Amino acid sequence: MIIKRPASVLGIIAAGALALSACGSDANTPAGGSSSGAAAPTNSAPVECGGKKALVAEGSSAQKGAIEAFTAAYGVKCPDYQLSYTPSGSGAGVKQFTAGIVDIGGSDSALSKDKGEVDAAAQRCQSNPAWNLPLVFGPVGIAYKLDGVTDLTLTPEVTAKIFSGAVAKWNDPAITAINSGVSLPDKAITVIYRGDESGTTDNFQKYLKAAGKGAWTKDAGKKFNGGVGQGAQGSAGVADAIGAGDGTIGYIEWSYVQDKKLSAAKIDSGSGAVALGAEGAANAIKSATLKGEGNDLVIDLDALYASNTAGAYPLVLATYEIVCSKGYDPDTAKAVKAFLTVAATDGQAALADAGYVPLPNEFQAKLLTAIAAIA
Amino acid sequence: MSDSDMVGRPAAPGASTGGARGGVASKTAPEAPISSTAPGKGGPSTKKTPPAEPTPAAKVVTRPGDKIFKTLTVGSGVFVVAMIVLIGVFLLIQAIPSLVDNDANFLFSRVWDAEPPDLAFGVLDLLLVTVFSSVFALLIAMPVSLGIALFLTQYAPRRLARPFAYLVDLLAAVPSIIYGLWGAYVLAPALAPISTWLNENLGWIPLFATGSSNLAIGQTIFTAGIVLAVMLLPIITAISREVFDRTPSMQIEGALALGATKWEVVRTTVLPFGKAGYISASMLGLGRALGETIAVLIILSSTNQNFGFSLFDGGDTIASKIARAAQEFNDPRGAGAYIAAGLVLFILTFVVNAFARSIIAGHKEYE
Amino acid sequence: MTTATDLDRPAAPPAFQEVNSARRLKNRLATILVGFAFLIALAPLVWLLITVLAKGFEHVLNVDWWQKSLAGLTSRQFGGGVYHAIIGTLFQGLICAVIAVPIAILVAIYLVEYGKRSRLAKAVTFTVDILSGVPSIVAALFIYALWVTTLGMPRSAFAVSLALVLLMIPVVVRTTEELLKIVPDELREAAYALGIPKWKTIVKIVIPTAMSGIITGITLAIARVMGETAPVLVLVGYTVFINYDPFGGNMSSLPLLMTSERLTTNEVGEARVWGAAVTLILIITVFNLLGSLISRLTSLKTK
Repeated sequence: MIIKRPASVLGIIAAGALALSACGSDANTPAGGSSSGAAAPTNSAPVECGGKKALVAEGSSAQKGAIEAFTAAYGVKCPDYQLSYTPSGSGAGVKQFTAGIVDIGGSDSALSKDKGEVDAAAQRCQSNPAWNLPLVFGPVGIAYKLDGVTDLTLTPEVTAKIFSGAVAKWNDPAITAINSGVSLPDKAITVIYRGDESGTTDNFQKYLKAAGKGAWTKDAGKKFNGGVGQGAQGSAGVADAIGAGDGTIGYIEWSYVQDKKLSAAKIDSGSGAVALGAEGAANAIKSATLKGEGNDLVIDLDALYASNTAGAYPLVLATYEIVCSKGYDPDTAKAVKAFLTVAATDGQAALADAGYVPLPNEFQAKLLTAIAAIA
Repeated sequence: MSDSDMVGRPAAPGASTGGARGGVASKTAPEAPISSTAPGKGGPSTKKTPPAEPTPAAKVVTRPGDKIFKTLTVGSGVFVVAMIVLIGVFLLIQAIPSLVDNDANFLFSRVWDAEPPDLAFGVLDLLLVTVFSSVFALLIAMPVSLGIALFLTQYAPRRLARPFAYLVDLLAAVPSIIYGLWGAYVLAPALAPISTWLNENLGWIPLFATGSSNLAIGQTIFTAGIVLAVMLLPIITAISREVFDRTPSMQIEGALALGATKWEVVRTTVLPFGKAGYISASMLGLGRALGETIAVLIILSSTNQNFGFSLFDGGDTIASKIARAAQEFNDPRGAGAYIAAGLVLFILTFVVNAFARSIIAGHKEYE
Repeated sequence: MTTATDLDRPAAPPAFQEVNSARRLKNRLATILVGFAFLIALAPLVWLLITVLAKGFEHVLNVDWWQKSLAGLTSRQFGGGVYHAIIGTLFQGLICAVIAVPIAILVAIYLVEYGKRSRLAKAVTFTVDILSGVPSIVAALFIYALWVTTLGMPRSAFAVSLALVLLMIPVVVRTTEELLKIVPDELREAAYALGIPKWKTIVKIVIPTAMSGIITGITLAIARVMGETAPVLVLVGYTVFINYDPFGGNMSSLPLLMTSERLTTNEVGEARVWGAAVTLILIITVFNLLGSLISRLTSLKTK
């Protein structure tokens, strides 16, 4: 067969592409997952759906899983409404928010006054303050892989020493002293850290500084400053690397510990070892104090990290949704409120399975008040 | 009219890197008499009028269609040239503000801090890792590609040469991200025993010294270099193959007539003839390796220690560093630091590629 | 010493001597090494393809895989598909082709029909050579500097297409140039003799003669740029929703989906990543096959 006009072939291709583009669909029903069809939401609230059909949000990758759960709940509660979240990092989230490109910014740290973020955000919100809403809490695990060892306890002080290179062997007296009964091998410790800039690193280093009793002499910040070990890309990369090696240790969000089935160290802040999990983290959050004004709910991290409440697992990452208190156009405001309301109520049910901590009740009430006040 | 007697057979997939069948092209290339007989002035070239036709000095018709069309084609040519200049200029313009603010020496510092308030970034460490890993890859890929190219042109049975060549070209069709995934999740663990052995037994050689990356995990320059080498194979092979194919058959037959063995034929005719082309192909491959991004990004672990010239170090190449930070490009000055690094990469690949092309350009017999 | 036996000896040594063993050994060794080199090249190819197929093939067998996006699914729920990424990959590749192909063909026409050995033509040839060596991350950075920083446009799929244009132009110029060169001059001369203007000769005679090869080249070039990852990393954001608008919003593509879902470390993430890898390889294969099919269908009768 000879086609006389080759150009017509291109036409056929184009037509094929068009035909293909006619049959896609965003409508999904999850097919078998570890968590689908979990118990009915513990907490449901009436939601006024409406406004902008497709919200855009961007920011911290640490809250990616939680946002996915929220988006799923949002889609159920408000059919045809969606939110697309780009997990590109806290810095990007804040910048995209203040630039007015996304409706909601996700960040691992509250807007900083010193960096001018507060003012920039206020400008974006038509001269109204932006609020930090701590909607997603996730414990960070100190995951490790050491053949034959599945039960390990660390104190903040020893952790700080490990991650700064002062303790370099698994059978270092500092570790064996708090792990009586566990036989630790004479093996070098390979520290795995986040090679990219990350809020998780920032929080982890803040924690070591606040709770490490002076053992952490480095700065906090989004770059790992410990000076030992090897970097990996993203929490996923860290989890992969920990799993692939032997004698490795690193810090990753709980969800990655679950996904990779890694062992995570218990933390002993002075009143007994507490395992990584929702319960310990919830205990820590309950005792957290706020330092923001009014509906701007900023958590006092130093106090949280330094606390030694019994049964609390204080190494918790609080991630914020950054929203305008006022200044959205009416359509966007309506959708933002609807989404956040769903997130704070129906969205909470799936969180524990996704490696996050459902909001304690008092906190939820505060959040709902703030969300309702968005105009 | 459309019944031509010569129709271009499609090139084998992946052979897009160069003149796919210049052997035929050379027939028409040297002096095409057409343009001079064309109405109008037909470009500033070949003034030679074919003797067969009488010179039509009288009527010079300039058709508007011709003018427009020529302007279009010349414009496109100029556009492409302008493009390469623009790339350099734009990168430079965007990099300058950050370079001015830079607290460290850009070329010789080994720290990289591109967080906006106070920038302090130097490209040296990235450059070293980039060049080191690429050269390592090239050293692996060069002999293997030479072997493949010789096999395909001189040794393989004629009938199988084409499908075999197609198989090698398939290597070029695999997207680099898939190489990266394969390298990180499949090859790295498989290489762990080898690299551990090298490290334990030959660790006294700096090349195999214990580096910043854990060998059991395998996110080392060693792994990345091997994956890069695989990616270079089809590139170096494709061009070498073409050049080897053009060895004048008289030379080969002459050598055979003198009683040379196959290998002696190759050594005395094919290799001397194709040497320059092979080196040029390798340089093009090097250019490719220098700029490879995603595979390196996935495989290599990053580190906060200085690069120690060991294969078992981690680190970042210029390209992977840029890609690692790409999502945080929201502050122009922070991005400027990475653009400055990109400029260095651009210049580096420019020089390597220009060098490679100049080798080929110096050998008219390859056309 | 002149004895009768001398007469039996040939005057000259025989033309065909046994090849001595050292040379034969060397020859044998070279043959083995060269064949071995070829096998070395095949090993990673086979290993890689088997890995990808073993890890991802089962996932693409589902109909949903080709028709649904990943919208509304958390990273722990199987199901959904990569339709959003397939669309993105095709869109970005085709938009790139629409921009790059005319430019590239015009450049090739200039080089073959107009430029000849002029200084500009030399510069263009050199530029095309250099352009073909520009790393994709540099092309992406350039578009970022031009499109996002200087012009203030948002990151979008269109910006990705622009970066891909830079990568596609040299490939298409090269193939087209080679094909135009082998169009016999007799065709052109015949056209001129009939008084047909040069541009019309090129458009109606030269290009159609080379068309089948050109289309093949274009298809292969599209297949190549669709696998590029660096530009999508820098120039567009990831989304799980279907987006048909190349100028606004995030748009997924298969390479981007793979780099993003790689951050999901569980089996679900693995399924998505390797499934997408299979899908990408399939699409590239289809484009490659399409290329040779088109050339076979459209090639002018050779006799």
